[in-house]
Amino acid sequence: MEVLANINQWVTIFLMVAGLYIVVARGNMVKKLIGLGVFQTSVYLLYISPGKIIGGTAPIISPDFTVYSNPLPHVLILTAIVVGVATLAVGLALVVRINEAYDSIEEDEIYAQEHDA
Amino acid sequence: MVAVTIGIVRLRNLFAVVMLGGIYSFLMATILYVLDAVDVSMTEAAVGAGISTVLLLATLAVTKVREAAPIHPPALPLAVALVTGAALIYASVDMPPFGDPLGPGHQHVAPEYIARVLPETHIPNAVTSVLASYRGYDTLGETTVIFTAGIGVLALLVGRRRPRRSDGASGGGNA
Repeated sequence: MEVLANINQWVTIFLMVAGLYIVVARGNMVKKLIGLGVFQTSVYLLYISPGKIIGGTAPIISPDFTVYSNPLPHVLILTAIVVGVATLAVGLALVVRINEAYDSIEEDEIYAQEHDA
Repeated sequence: MVAVTIGIVRLRNLFAVVMLGGIYSFLMATILYVLDAVDVSMTEAAVGAGISTVLLLATLAVTKVREAAPIHPPALPLAVALVTGAALIYASVDMPPFGDPLGPGHQHVAPEYIARVLPETHIPNAVTSVLASYRGYDTLGETTVIFTAGIGVLALLVGRRRPRRSDGASGGGNA
């Protein structure tokens, strides 16, 4: 059990690294935005998982329970999710405009077009 | 979840990637539910699996579905990602163990909020009361962000030269 004490952090780190890899390695802009989403959800886990107390319950006050998980990360991440979808919407709108201007959503093709012209 | 993530990294058919993204969001919502974050779980299921998928599909409808094969070798990004991962794992050893009620994050203001929520706001759900009462200005700022994003999407997509299917203009109504 000692070895697995930080398992939640490791899952978070795996997702974070996967998202980072997609953002850096892939030239397709829609794929990049999806990678950014994976990175974002890993941050949700990073905040929420330390807020959990084993044996605790959801932070809804009730006379039946005395131990609650920490409500503050939940509040922060609720805000983060909504802001995340707003940035996703703006990013996708940019992708649509780029596709109209260059007829491509691949970074490398756009770069080649710019340098041929 | 790991399998779905690897699928997202590997697949080049963007429709399949978006579908896997929806599955991924539902899995994430389940994990958040298990971690006692019920409000966050519901939001993630609605926003991550619902609205994000719709926005991505609407974008794919007006752009390309196939992703081009990568021309650069993936060695450098892979190295960057792995070094970052190794550094983070090294740092994670110092974090308090999972689920420990004596962790430093549970000692400062969290018990204070939980104790004061019911007498001060009369809302039993601590997340709601912190979001709407104690940190109301944050939530106002968040709605400002959504409003700005909606205006940005409209500014980008309205008045295009070649009007096609409109997309994402619903960005303002996502909250």
